Amino acid sequence: MFERIWRASLAPLMAAATAIIISSIALIISGNDPIDAFREMWKTIDSTQSVVIIVNVSVPYYISGVAAAIGFKMNLFNIGTNGQYLLAALIAGWAGAEVSLPPVLHVPFVIIVAITVGGTWALIAGILNVTRNVNVVVSTIMLNYIAIGISAFLLAEFFRDDATGGLVANTKLMPDSARLPALNPIFELFGVNFPPNTEVFGFLPFAILLGVAYYVLLNRSLFGYELKLSGMNPAAALAAGVNPKRMVLITLFMSGAVAGMIGLPFLLSDPSFLKYGDAFPTMLGFTGLGLALLGRNNPVGIAAAAIVWATIERATQRLGPIGIPPEIGKILQGSFLLSAVIAYEVVRRRNDAAAVAAAAAATHDLSDSSYEPPENLSTGQGTGAPV
Amino acid sequence: MTTTIDAAPPEATNGTSFVHSARFRIIALVLVGIAVMSAARMIADNPDLSSSGTFGVGLRTAAPIALAGLAGLVAERSGTVNIGLEGMMVMGTIFAGWWGWEYGPWMALLGGVIGGMLGGLLMSLATTTFGVNHIVAGVAINLIAPGVARFMASELFLDVQGGSVTTSPGNRGEIGAFTVPFLSGGDLFGWQSPDVLGWFEDTGWFMIADAAGFAKGMTTAVTWDVVITMGLFFGIAYLLWHMRLGLRLRFAGERPSAADSLGVSVHKMRWIGMAMSGALAGMGGAVLVLFSNRYQENQVAGRGFLGLATMIFGNWMPAGTAIGAGLFGYAQGITLRTNPGDLVRTLLLAAAIALILLVIWMLVQRDYAPAGTVTVFAVVTMWAYFAAQSPNNQLVFITPYVVTLIAVSIGAQRLRPPAEEGIPWFKGMQ
Amino acid sequence: MSDEQGEPPVTGSTADDAPVAIQLTDIVKRFPGVVANDGVNLTVRSGSVHAIVGENGAGKSTLMKTLYGAHKPDEGTITVNGKQEDFSSAKDAIAEGIGMVFQAFMLAANLTVWENIVLGDEPGSRFSLNAGAARSSILELGQQYGLEVDPDALISDLGVGDKQRVEIVKVLYRGAKIIILDEPTAVLVPQEVDALFASLRELTTQGATIIFISHKLDEVLKHADAITVIRQGKTVGEVDDPSSVTSRELAEMMVGSELPTPETRESTVTDVDVLELRNLTVANAEDGARDLLDDVSFTVHRGEIVGIAGVEGNGQSELVNAIVGLAESTGAILLDGHDVTRLSTRGRRDSGIGYIAEDRQKDGLVMPFLLWENAALGHQHQPPYGKGPWLNVGGARTQTQAIVEEFDVRTPGINVPAFTLSGGNQQKLVVGREMTAEPKVLVAAHPTRGVDVGAQAVIWDILRDARAAGLGTVLISADLEELIGLSDRLLVMLRGQIVAEVDPASVTPADLGSYMTGATTGGH
Repeated sequence: MFERIWRASLAPLMAAATAIIISSIALIISGNDPIDAFREMWKTIDSTQSVVIIVNVSVPYYISGVAAAIGFKMNLFNIGTNGQYLLAALIAGWAGAEVSLPPVLHVPFVIIVAITVGGTWALIAGILNVTRNVNVVVSTIMLNYIAIGISAFLLAEFFRDDATGGLVANTKLMPDSARLPALNPIFELFGVNFPPNTEVFGFLPFAILLGVAYYVLLNRSLFGYELKLSGMNPAAALAAGVNPKRMVLITLFMSGAVAGMIGLPFLLSDPSFLKYGDAFPTMLGFTGLGLALLGRNNPVGIAAAAIVWATIERATQRLGPIGIPPEIGKILQGSFLLSAVIAYEVVRRRNDAAAVAAAAAATHDLSDSSYEPPENLSTGQGTGAPV
Repeated sequence: MTTTIDAAPPEATNGTSFVHSARFRIIALVLVGIAVMSAARMIADNPDLSSSGTFGVGLRTAAPIALAGLAGLVAERSGTVNIGLEGMMVMGTIFAGWWGWEYGPWMALLGGVIGGMLGGLLMSLATTTFGVNHIVAGVAINLIAPGVARFMASELFLDVQGGSVTTSPGNRGEIGAFTVPFLSGGDLFGWQSPDVLGWFEDTGWFMIADAAGFAKGMTTAVTWDVVITMGLFFGIAYLLWHMRLGLRLRFAGERPSAADSLGVSVHKMRWIGMAMSGALAGMGGAVLVLFSNRYQENQVAGRGFLGLATMIFGNWMPAGTAIGAGLFGYAQGITLRTNPGDLVRTLLLAAAIALILLVIWMLVQRDYAPAGTVTVFAVVTMWAYFAAQSPNNQLVFITPYVVTLIAVSIGAQRLRPPAEEGIPWFKGMQ
Repeated sequence: MSDEQGEPPVTGSTADDAPVAIQLTDIVKRFPGVVANDGVNLTVRSGSVHAIVGENGAGKSTLMKTLYGAHKPDEGTITVNGKQEDFSSAKDAIAEGIGMVFQAFMLAANLTVWENIVLGDEPGSRFSLNAGAARSSILELGQQYGLEVDPDALISDLGVGDKQRVEIVKVLYRGAKIIILDEPTAVLVPQEVDALFASLRELTTQGATIIFISHKLDEVLKHADAITVIRQGKTVGEVDDPSSVTSRELAEMMVGSELPTPETRESTVTDVDVLELRNLTVANAEDGARDLLDDVSFTVHRGEIVGIAGVEGNGQSELVNAIVGLAESTGAILLDGHDVTRLSTRGRRDSGIGYIAEDRQKDGLVMPFLLWENAALGHQHQPPYGKGPWLNVGGARTQTQAIVEEFDVRTPGINVPAFTLSGGNQQKLVVGREMTAEPKVLVAAHPTRGVDVGAQAVIWDILRDARAAGLGTVLISADLEELIGLSDRLLVMLRGQIVAEVDPASVTPADLGSYMTGATTGGH
């Protein structure tokens, strides 16, 4: 069991080391001291407050990662999660503030609105793909910008809360019945005390639930099986009776639906928001793409990636005062991502080659699969005739 | 002596007369397009729709998209699916903004090329050498580039007047423009030549004025970077189809194992392809910087992806890509004119007219079912034209993206991408 | 016969006294887990047509790749025309006049013939490709050697025979004098094979040396001047006079033991229809082109194997796809009397149509999936693999274990990915999983393609047993021996139609070849 964890962590650890090296070089080139930088970064995150902030920031990141991963598992690249969640957050934010329901219904109402909007928006790309063979990457990106335009338009013209006027536009504040309370009391039960003004946002359990649901979907459900199947080998999926169009539509809808949830932590549990407005974060969708890649589309991996990402963000927040550009955080994140994808690939090929060799040794039967890359056994012909 | 055994005899081919050839189709479409625009222009009384001013701006806004499309084309032709165009353009913008401010416009171009090329090489390291999934690598580049740009901006621009983390101080000087003499009244050794096309444009005659407006827009005050862009299209086309390197590049995308079996290094070809792709995308970023006169965060705004769309629209051919870029660039150029709302409305009218013509065509062809769907669209568009007032800025902003989406949805048949693009290749693979 | 130690015997009369073009001595090549070449020797005389035979997995292709420069041997020497060579790449070998024609054609479908031929050695300068020179060179070569091709044709528009011709011109263009062909006749019909060898013979009169790899012994005996037999990475026989051996003797040299035969014993054909196809037609996507499958009708009975013979590309794939539901078709398909034409692929498979795909890597298996995940493929929503919307992991694993044991799938376990298995074992898994689902009809497309002889025998046994138990099978194959041996009835397809029905017990490969190419029509 520990060997498995070690084997799984090898690549990310190598990537992390590479990222640190690259960032240090960047710092040195720009005349800064990497040791100072990292020391300050550690100081910043070494506090309960920071841990809480990191957890809170990770939650929308995690959701974004899962949204992207659902698509990635099927080789569908839903790049438009940004637009999906912004539109969903706007409409859910507005709708949630317009109705009054008892709390036990109000929160699910907001969630359902968000999921529906996000899913439907993504579905447009799916329909275009299935009927007109439009590349999903292109359509989701176009829909991204269209969504941004439409939400800006809707906010300015219809959903704006004129009472809280001023230059910044927002929807009305979410009523209390739609607020998810902070989770501090639960932790305090276990003896963890928080400094003032640090709340663990109440959306966390939903994110965890989402992760569990994602795991179950992927590994225990027939849909998940067919999803992975379609992603890895569409021809075999067809032969196995999978309806490819149906898969594309459902998968994109699900991806968009989860994406729609990205804004919910802010709407429902972050006291500095609780409404949709110009100040709403706008880039969470793209981040999720990177997290899905870092986490290899795995529910636990994505969580780890989200936490790492949030940690780097938090850690670099206080670098400004000591003269180090906080943007070094972006270099850390970026180089980590790139090194990780490379490391994953290298490790995967090595593991695959080892698996083939092990099987050959165990059975004295050569694999002839030209599926596998070289440095290896496949000297075979196109029709699979072995050596 | 020779025996030809052909178990699958070739099908009889219809003789193709000129009327059925592709060339005729294209000419016909162009003429119809001009007519539709002209009609819309006249009905809505909005001469700006097809004015040289609009087309001129459209050309300038098309250039970055075109370069992105060309960049995508070169990459994919040599076997790498380049989703990272957006990131490479961003790299281009930051380098161009930096060198444009420090040294001047021509250095900005060079900087952009270098910046983009760095992105291209980085991606190639992942995809060609390590075999990372191309889309994954592209997404990674797109995520990394803005971070790098921000970091560089914070180092370069923060303490300078006019600069900040999100924007560079202005460029040092302009790149200069070129106007064709005689046709568009360009300078000929100090003597102002007559503006023939301008005269035709001012007449307002059906179709002639519009065509003149288009021609004049293409030939007036064309900045040198745009001129270079146009030249690059011809250059890349020549490279790919008439040069040894180009043939080998194409093989790297069509059948790398064949190239390898004949002693051509597939990896070398793919690296070259990605370097060129990055350079072109970076230049696209530089053109953007020259247009806005500075670097600005989020300047690229999806143009890398628009470039991808143009490449698909153009069926991986330079000519088609240029046309696609022109179309999307025009849609974006509209948003920069003085009365964008009106222009978008007029464009709606043009779309409605085109749809009506399409319905008539379909009825003639007896395609009744699709004719019905198209009629619905035509009615909706017509209603939108009459009912809507000038759309707000936000809706104007989405016009190019909507146009792109529609264009790729319509033109999505008979695509012929390079056969083995997107497949990481290593020695020993079949 | 041959002994395992010492020098392999030379059967037949004394060798020619032509000079030795190629001499490979004690070649050893290792890969992780296996030694592909274990001390192979090869002597090829100039101007001869030399065959290398061996079963799948013997090491022939590895050896040729060494000769061609695709990789370096771990031990041993290569001597070309008396000179010892050390090839570091294909380019080096090409420079020495060695050209290789691969079994899977190395051609870019979207590009023209001339572009494919001159790649890497383009006429003209670095800045200007001289297409005209390329065209005239190709036309000249075509004339000279009787291998004419249209330089401006697109590869995708060419048929198999033409493509092969392009490959040969490709090596001739580079001045190859020693031409290696890997399984050149795998996709050709007897008459085309004769034509090919006539061309090759012509080449030898012009000074070329031909080496070809094959496992079709009749051809080898008919056309080769000399034969080298390889088994398990070693040379086990060198035949200088092919007329002195029979194909049976050759085969036994190859296998080292008794050959399995596919002959079926007594008839188990009943008169109950299990599959009936009526006027099945698959239209061509291009307007005006002939239908890919044209009005095909036939019936399969319980306990019967109906074989479909035909040159590749004459509608067999479309037939398979139409039955399984992967291609749009008109006409009717009745399974056990029920009309399944309206059903989707899933519906048809659920109703009892089993499917062994032609390309197991592409359609039959998911290479990165574990064995138990692959066992569920095609039946995932049926017990024991699935229950309602859920995947029954435990059930799937148990079932897979049973399949592995019953069908002799050699694997370290059921939790390994499919790509770690050899082709034969992968195929046994596929066959096993289809049989376990107890289909009424089995569509088996090239079920032993690329499979070693041992696994092939197992699969043949499985098919025979199932047939005896009442299964109706549609068998498509390019292996005439397999078709003749297994089928109760043999149909021939040409241009999308069934053009002949023959009795496998009485037809000869040559006759069958004639029907397949349309040289003779009819036949009942």
